[in-house]
Amino acid sequence: MSAASLKRLAVAVALLATTGIASAQDLLIRNATVHTASARGTLQAADVLVRNGRIAAVGSGLAAPGTSVLDAQGKPLTPALFGGVTDIGVEEVSGESATVDNTLALGANAADMQVRPEFDVTLAYNPESVLVPVARVEGIGWTLLSAGTRAGGSFIGGQGGAVRLDGSLDAIGPRTLFMTLGGEAASLSGSSRAAQWMLLDQLVDEVRGRIPADSRFALLTPAGRTTLARYFGGGGRVLVRIQRAADITRLLRWSKQRGVSIALLGAAEGWKVAPQLAAAGVPVFVDALGNLPNDFDEIGATLENAARLHAAGVRVSFSQAGDASHNARKIRQLAGNAVANGLPWEAALAGLTSVPASSFGVGNEVGSIAVGQRADLVLWSGDPLDVASVARQVWLDGRAIPMRSRQTELRDRYLRPGGDLPRAYPDAAR
Amino acid sequence: MKPLTAALAVALLAGCAGTPPKSAATDKPYDFAADPYPATYQRVMSPPVLLQHATVLIGNGQRLDDADVLLRDGKIAAVGNGLETTADAVRVDATGKWVTPGIIDIHSHLGVYPSPGASAHSDGNEATAPVTAQVWAEHSIWPQDPGFHAALAGGVTSLQILPGSANLIGGRGVTVKNVSSVSYQGMKFPGAPWGLKMACGENPKRVYGSKGGPSTRMGNIAGYRAAFADAAEYMKKRNEGGKEAEAKRDLKQDTLAAAINGDIRVNIHCYRADEMAIMLDLAKEFGFRIAAFHHGVEAYKIADRLAAEGVCGALWADWWGFKMESFDGIQENIALVDRAPGGCAIVHSDSAEGIQRLNQEAAKVIASAGRAGIAITPEHAIRWITQNPAKAMGILEQTGTLEAGKMADVVLWNGNPFSSYAQAEQVYVDGARMYDRRDPARQPKSDFLLGQDLLRGGVR
Repeated sequence: MSAASLKRLAVAVALLATTGIASAQDLLIRNATVHTASARGTLQAADVLVRNGRIAAVGSGLAAPGTSVLDAQGKPLTPALFGGVTDIGVEEVSGESATVDNTLALGANAADMQVRPEFDVTLAYNPESVLVPVARVEGIGWTLLSAGTRAGGSFIGGQGGAVRLDGSLDAIGPRTLFMTLGGEAASLSGSSRAAQWMLLDQLVDEVRGRIPADSRFALLTPAGRTTLARYFGGGGRVLVRIQRAADITRLLRWSKQRGVSIALLGAAEGWKVAPQLAAAGVPVFVDALGNLPNDFDEIGATLENAARLHAAGVRVSFSQAGDASHNARKIRQLAGNAVANGLPWEAALAGLTSVPASSFGVGNEVGSIAVGQRADLVLWSGDPLDVASVARQVWLDGRAIPMRSRQTELRDRYLRPGGDLPRAYPDAAR
Repeated sequence: MKPLTAALAVALLAGCAGTPPKSAATDKPYDFAADPYPATYQRVMSPPVLLQHATVLIGNGQRLDDADVLLRDGKIAAVGNGLETTADAVRVDATGKWVTPGIIDIHSHLGVYPSPGASAHSDGNEATAPVTAQVWAEHSIWPQDPGFHAALAGGVTSLQILPGSANLIGGRGVTVKNVSSVSYQGMKFPGAPWGLKMACGENPKRVYGSKGGPSTRMGNIAGYRAAFADAAEYMKKRNEGGKEAEAKRDLKQDTLAAAINGDIRVNIHCYRADEMAIMLDLAKEFGFRIAAFHHGVEAYKIADRLAAEGVCGALWADWWGFKMESFDGIQENIALVDRAPGGCAIVHSDSAEGIQRLNQEAAKVIASAGRAGIAITPEHAIRWITQNPAKAMGILEQTGTLEAGKMADVVLWNGNPFSSYAQAEQVYVDGARMYDRRDPARQPKSDFLLGQDLLRGGVR
């Protein structure tokens, strides 16, 4: 795309953003390369019609008199992307603990374990966090909020949930239970990962009444028992942070035996047990840039993890091990690098859209371009999996969001030439 | 071809090993930057190599299409169209591919914070006192860090390994070539100056706030000033000769004195614009030059001043928000530092993951800049990860561009390097093919990873 046509597109989008707000949720996007992230695959020169914030039609030659029309000039259109498992809106500045709400530590230290699966981190979510616009101007439409683990809590972190980055307060869809197993959580289970299975068995006994609620061995509150009973009965997804192949194999046995519906987060050595993961239908969220033996649970880390898992039939998605929240936009780079290392392009896009949506029970709302879905869409300057591309416009519920964030505000303040007054003053005054 | 044997290498270098610093009592001035731990690096021998029909980014802003690069005797022999060479040369068809200088990372902790991140390997911060100018990062390097080989697969041929940022003055960093060796001396970049690592802001006051200070930013500045005042006095006494000059060496003061006289390059971890402005004044107060501010997420706020003072900004493409001093990060930071007339922008990693794809970090900057209306070409952007870090590190005469006579540190990419899909296919260090994505015989593996996968498939 030439600079001139990019500019035209930008102008068209800007016009739409300013004039289209009132009628908001009706829109016809024409002539896009539509990556549906569904069984329909990619549609060339296709149109997407939005009515009342939902996708009303996907096809070619669509007409909608009276509806504002955007010519996408053949550029890629995707569902708004999954931002990974993050703390967006739950932390503002990672180093400032007063701004971070992602973990529960009611106990004094590692020896004082507090198992509170009823903890729901989505109740800390601040939709006005500056992280929200920073992520969504890059094409991120939703994320799974994570309940972390730490000393004074337990290796069961509590519950997270999916939030859309449209400014709404509440999570959508069901909650997800977070658990960390293996070396990373050994300090929370008496310094041995073996004790994680012991404690899980103990919790199962408690949930099933074999350990009475008033027993001195009981670990759970009544709310905790109800919560765990649901997940241990298969009524909700349990997302397990885990890396080592041997631990994953044990987890597969455990979840099969108990009928627990799991997904894996990390799974650096997941590729070693890919066929078993595929057979069990377990989705896996990998950090596709992880290829170093960060610790002794990740000796087998490889850039080909995603490709090997996919080849075995595993549904693969992505999540970052590093700064997942502030830099959630980096998740596209994970997907692109997975493609460079053997993952089919369509599978990588699915990993940013339909796979996480279906894994966390929000597949009817987000994650594909299909009739009835929320019109959470992104128009890209080029291949959305390439870091060389940028999001040109993002729509949430069919509304063109302002493509601004605190970062673009800072940028624009310092981009302009200096004036008589310091930059702290508004443009017009200078 | 085999490298020179270790025995021969030792014999060749025996003449200069262990040379003591000159004392003022002799005819030569005292050398604050003497090196009793010299490089033993020897290039791997290779026949000439002719990379043909590539898109070549020279690293100095120039681009040549359908061009050839000839490597001979470890050096760049020629770059141009339709080069001829001798029959013994290995010819590589690079049609449709891109060739760039070897990538250089000015900010790495490979080897000092290696993988696996075992507690026994946590050797990057001598966090026992706020000023530890006497320590040398090179003495912490574990050459078996698998991260070196991963970085090589990402095209990195030289890197500066720095102490961490816990201390006001953390010690000396060292520049190495990204080659396998059982000792760090075998990696040490011959003739490269050291870098002094300093740190502004939150880290030192957090680490020392409850350990005797500093606990504030003003305490930080007082700490640097006291250290440099001591060093200036030491320097004066040494240089004046006489009895004082015969006093015992002070390893801390040696490093600071060498930083003042420019033999050691000053690299300062500093996020905020206001703190960088203070450090520029500090440098004037004590008469030293700052080579680069590292991390500098607010460098865009003082881009013109940095350019005017000749100070590079070694920056991330998009990191922000992990602490207060990184809260004002923007994705156009590097582009704005670059845009200032005379600006020197560097993409750095500070990360064992990031160092593997500095090209993609630069690509993100190009994309963000484009959105802000700043068009940047590949031949320009490649400078951020080749020429500019080489300049800041004091190795531009030896490497950093594909100009004849320089070290043949070269990357052959599968296409335009500024893409998620870019991969280094071949990496040459001093003319030898040290990494080849398609040739397992040219894919190094650390001792640590050896034998870790003997039971592959055995996990059932």
